[in-house]
Amino acid sequence: MSDKEKKHETKKDPGKIFLDEVSKSPLTLTILAVVTGLLLGGLLVAITSEDVYQAFDLSFWEGIKSAAGAAWSTYEALFFGSVGNPSKIIEALRSGESEAIRRAFNPFFESLVASTPYIFAGLAVALGFRVGLFNIGAEGQIFIGAATTVTAAIFLKGLPAIIHVPISLLAGFVGGGLWGFIPGWLKAKTGGHEVINTIMMNYIAFRLSEFLLRGPLKNPEGFTPVSAKIQESAKLFRPFESPIRFHIGFFIALFVAFLVYIFLFKTTWGYTLRTVGSNPRAAKYAGMNIVRSTVLAMFLSGGLAGLAGANEVLGVNHNLAVAFSSGYGFDAIALALLGKSNPIGVVLSAILFGFLRNGAIQMQLSAGIPIDIISVLQAFILVFIAAPAIIRTIYRLKEPDIDIEAVTLHGWGGN
Amino acid sequence: MTPILELRGITKRFPGVLANDQINLTLNKGEIHALLGENGAGKSTLMNILYGLYDPDEGEIIVNGKEINVTSPRDAIKSGIGMVHQHFMLVPVFTVTENVMLGDETTRLGGFLDRKSSAARIREISNKYSLEVDPTSYVRDLPVGVQQRVEIIKLLYREADILILDEPTAVLTPQEVDELFTIMRSLVKGGKSIIFITHKLREVLTFADRITVIRGGKVVGTTTPKETDQNQLAAMMVGRDVSFEVDKNPANVKDSILEVKDLVVLDDLNHVAVKNVSFNVHAGEILGVAGVQGNGQTELVKAITGLSHPVEGKLTLQGKDIKKASPRTITELGSAHIPEDRQKDGLVLSETIANNLVLNTYYLNPFASGVFIQEDAVLNNAENIIDNFDVRTPSPLIPVGSLSGGNQQKVIVGREFSRPINFLVASQPTRGLDVGSIEYIHKRLLEKRDEGCAILMVSTELDEVLELSDRIAVMFDGEIIAIVDAEGATKEQIGLLMAGVVEA
Repeated sequence: MSDKEKKHETKKDPGKIFLDEVSKSPLTLTILAVVTGLLLGGLLVAITSEDVYQAFDLSFWEGIKSAAGAAWSTYEALFFGSVGNPSKIIEALRSGESEAIRRAFNPFFESLVASTPYIFAGLAVALGFRVGLFNIGAEGQIFIGAATTVTAAIFLKGLPAIIHVPISLLAGFVGGGLWGFIPGWLKAKTGGHEVINTIMMNYIAFRLSEFLLRGPLKNPEGFTPVSAKIQESAKLFRPFESPIRFHIGFFIALFVAFLVYIFLFKTTWGYTLRTVGSNPRAAKYAGMNIVRSTVLAMFLSGGLAGLAGANEVLGVNHNLAVAFSSGYGFDAIALALLGKSNPIGVVLSAILFGFLRNGAIQMQLSAGIPIDIISVLQAFILVFIAAPAIIRTIYRLKEPDIDIEAVTLHGWGGN
Repeated sequence: MTPILELRGITKRFPGVLANDQINLTLNKGEIHALLGENGAGKSTLMNILYGLYDPDEGEIIVNGKEINVTSPRDAIKSGIGMVHQHFMLVPVFTVTENVMLGDETTRLGGFLDRKSSAARIREISNKYSLEVDPTSYVRDLPVGVQQRVEIIKLLYREADILILDEPTAVLTPQEVDELFTIMRSLVKGGKSIIFITHKLREVLTFADRITVIRGGKVVGTTTPKETDQNQLAAMMVGRDVSFEVDKNPANVKDSILEVKDLVVLDDLNHVAVKNVSFNVHAGEILGVAGVQGNGQTELVKAITGLSHPVEGKLTLQGKDIKKASPRTITELGSAHIPEDRQKDGLVLSETIANNLVLNTYYLNPFASGVFIQEDAVLNNAENIIDNFDVRTPSPLIPVGSLSGGNQQKVIVGREFSRPINFLVASQPTRGLDVGSIEYIHKRLLEKRDEGCAILMVSTELDEVLELSDRIAVMFDGEIIAIVDAEGATKEQIGLLMAGVVEA
């Protein structure tokens, strides 16, 4: 075919080309997955509400109205809980009382606080995915990272904050990294599958941290398995007064996401890891060291998860308790998928998850909707992300020219 | 006489591509009709429509004068249409009988497989059409040529009258090809009709009754072997004149670059795949390795390129021992490798063309400074190679997986040839490529040879080996059973060697 003919073929209406591109874009798919998840969540609220059934007994329209009302009040409560209640904010601003203002804005900041560990843990899992590794052990790595951090933050004394904070964070990174390194090394040297080994390492981590909190790390003055409070110098700075718990960990998380992005996409190491992840045979052909890449990736992945633990200890709790992480490491798998294993995507997904989690607490209090609806919502979103064909069929989207999901999901097969 | 099969105005659109454009085709009873065209011309799409795997956007399929509606392979089989795919659809751990029965099992006593009666029918079919095969042997133990017979028997067992053979000769030795054509003749004599898809001109001219050429989704023309010749068919296929003569200067052979002595290599399952192989490759020559796929060539190449390590023997590149060397060390000694499977080994399909073009040099100056990738240099390099190697792409920043096979191969050749090299391993360098790309890559290989590069070329295409090589090594069952001068070597001679027949 001559070049002229080719040009002729590609000449199309620009509007149509734009729509085509939007239709093929993975971002469209993600957004539609979230929207569809929210719609289904609303439906679920409606069909589990007794009021709706009673309204349907009256008339069909009453039922529809009641169902819409139930869904609306749920999401309104979710919004108030995660971002804030606009009327309260205006009222507080009018009154000019600083504590009232802080209270009014607190839901928003609290959501950011909830997002922060998600960012770290999401980056951890995403980095693993990029290298074709399925790190299920983020939760365990979070515990170990928290344990090493709390050790450094309690027992190192007399340091200025500018040194104590970085050292404590580094301790968390190394602790979590070590917990990732072990399954990485096992995979590289013995072929032991990282999925199995990271799960096992989780159990070891949970029990190990319990042991530490009942023994060496236990607060000598207390009776419960909780550590002592960390040194003042190790705490992450909080720019606002109580009750706002927002701390600079959020900005550290954004900075780390930036570093991960640079590492993955702008350095030779990142190039190596990505190649190993998307085509190990080509990586071997190109002379890359697959063993080293696997071990390094698992160390870094574990380290990032460890930072999630460090962040919670230094920024929020200021001590270590047995069940301080409510499954951040497992949610991280979901949000790494949602973010397409891309650092920017992970940050956005983590913020979404943080807002959902935090808003859900408020929703439960004010609308009486169980907090578990959020888990169902997240599950819906993920099903749509993992099975994009559903979304493509519903919204009649075009297939992308090349399967981008295949790259991110490479780790599922564990090859 | 009504044709047994008629396709009228078949049109199939894929997003952005018109794969089939108003295709008309008639198949007469008892005819071998060759469907000729380059990769991507639309042959496979057409046959998949006929076999019910795709739905046509327009057009009708008429069998024995009646229009039929084929929406699944089951419909196609019911209408007497059967297809042998290029990649066989057999279960290796099942016997021939079990494979043939699969999907059409005869049972007795409500649910027990009746292998005996099936085997009897298979014997009957194989006698009738001289398709020799033992119904009780396991498919994994059978040579490729016999596996193909099993596929054909599968169709006959389902009483197909129209047989579609998709690139049936791609995996066969020249002798097996001859046997296949004998079988095809006896099938036709027995009243069957055959459509056979290929891009090999010589076969078409020898064995087809009629030839239909497809280019760019359209029928270019239908002709018979008597009315046409190789050059005309190639021109129809490609849309321009193609030269089959490879201009080859006499070899200017210099020092020995690669020395292989008594090499023993194991395959992935730890079986001996290469047995005591010895040879040298000199600067300025192409040593062609001929052989049917699966006779140790893959393992030999892996050992030479550092992807696996030989268990015994000597392996030196420019005097340096590379028996235990890593692929990177070997690359850094000035060696290049065009891998057998370009998509699995040679490219990262999801990455951009630009990134793929630095796959084995990304860590070196100027592509990296410290640990940072220099994107400008990577992009520059890509633009140069795309220009120099005629890679057809709208941009260097699109995923390499979206290119056609020929262009993907040009990306690899461009990458490997764009750094100073003195040794090249080219494994199946033109597999699955269209005539135009093959011509281009052959020219480039000869250029490299004339520049003084030592080239080891492994190919299962006998014509390619004969045309390009200066010396030919024939591999059979893990051994190199002969090394002959290419000059004066004949197709028959090499073909016999490929089948393991060594003259006394």
